[in-house]
Amino acid sequence: MKKQINLTVNGKAYSHEVEARLLLVHYLRDELRLTGTHVGCDTSSCGSCTILMDGLAVKCCTLLAVQADGANITTIEGLADNDSLHPLQEGFREEHGLQCGFCTPGMIMTAADLLSTNSDPSEQEIRHALEGNFCRCTGYHNIVKSIQYAANKINNKEVAS
Amino acid sequence: MIPAAFDYHKATSVAEAVGLLKEHGMDAKILAGGHSLIPAMKLRLNQPELLIDISGIADLKGIKDEGRKLVIGAACTHGAIASSAEVNKDAPILAITAKTIGDIQIRNKGTIGGSIAHADPAADWPAALIAADATIEVLGGGGSRTIAATDFFTGIYDTALEEDEVIIAIHVPKVSSTFTSAYAKFFQPASRFAIVGCAVVMEMKDNYCVSARVAFTGVSDMAFFDEKVSSALAGKSLNDETIAAAAAQAAQGVDTLGDHFASEEYREHLAKVYAERAIREAIA
Repeated sequence: MKKQINLTVNGKAYSHEVEARLLLVHYLRDELRLTGTHVGCDTSSCGSCTILMDGLAVKCCTLLAVQADGANITTIEGLADNDSLHPLQEGFREEHGLQCGFCTPGMIMTAADLLSTNSDPSEQEIRHALEGNFCRCTGYHNIVKSIQYAANKINNKEVAS
Repeated sequence: MIPAAFDYHKATSVAEAVGLLKEHGMDAKILAGGHSLIPAMKLRLNQPELLIDISGIADLKGIKDEGRKLVIGAACTHGAIASSAEVNKDAPILAITAKTIGDIQIRNKGTIGGSIAHADPAADWPAALIAADATIEVLGGGGSRTIAATDFFTGIYDTALEEDEVIIAIHVPKVSSTFTSAYAKFFQPASRFAIVGCAVVMEMKDNYCVSARVAFTGVSDMAFFDEKVSSALAGKSLNDETIAAAAAQAAQGVDTLGDHFASEEYREHLAKVYAERAIREAIA
């Protein structure tokens, strides 16, 4: 049985008929072709499918597309302001916050949630916030530095070069 | 992983959800945040024919101050409870526990009602609700009733809920500033569920324990109120000796779970260790 959903993704309104069992991550990737949101563990552990739903980080491998009816969604593709990178994206580039890059969109979206409520997090708060995101390359160290870079930039603090 | 096909209905009232449950019985499941149900459906451990989505029902959201108690809507997320000023002030054991559930993303979507209806024996909420002496308000075909948290959890994934009942709210007695609370948890490192979790709520007069409620999750088929530890604390001045003596009573006479994470013997040991940690943290 198909259900009508209406939602906003990265500022653009969409309307589709979807099967009730369609997972939100597959709707984003296969229907909208927004493949920056990854499927890693597929069991809501690894965090690579993290997106913002009404401003809050959620794991969309554990959500149905029908649950997103009426929602305002931001994926990694919607984070940059046209050609200028979001401070988090810039931070991950400047601080080498990634190696293979698979976990990166999820890391960045979780960090975006963190910075929206706590724009000046301590290192411990950043590490705590990332407990639902797994990285198998970097050992997290540079990811933490990338998020600190973004926080400093958002707060107009001097960014170490 | 893709769930088996099902029909989906977004309910606009609890009465409508109850009516659908009555009509469809075991073939229907309530969907709130979906963070217990959808993983089970993806593994095809659960294949309901109908999902009744209650996430849009305003009555089930929000935290109300009703004088001597807080009434927490069943569809409140773990995150909303963790960050609620009222809960942090008046029922701190719930806020403390909520902060340890899953991760930010899970806390943003998973709900207290969904978690307790699912009744995972390693879930955190049951210990907190029993320690807080909470009651659970439900509505079903036979009308509404309340169930004490101590009677709610009846086995692995099993509760006192009838087939056509929906959880409406959790009623939590407020505690004054003479009460102190802590939740100590041995995390399963990947899932962050509790291999052993111990929730403690005590009323203190300096270092004298007036009353205590100690509850465990993860240790057994279901969370339970630990009467022995609780009564060993009540009426005592807490010091190294009395705390150790109380913690040594932990989880006696319960049927302990054993699995590939932790044997029965190890869980029994952890129960004592985490009882002591929770008591010490509460009075720290």
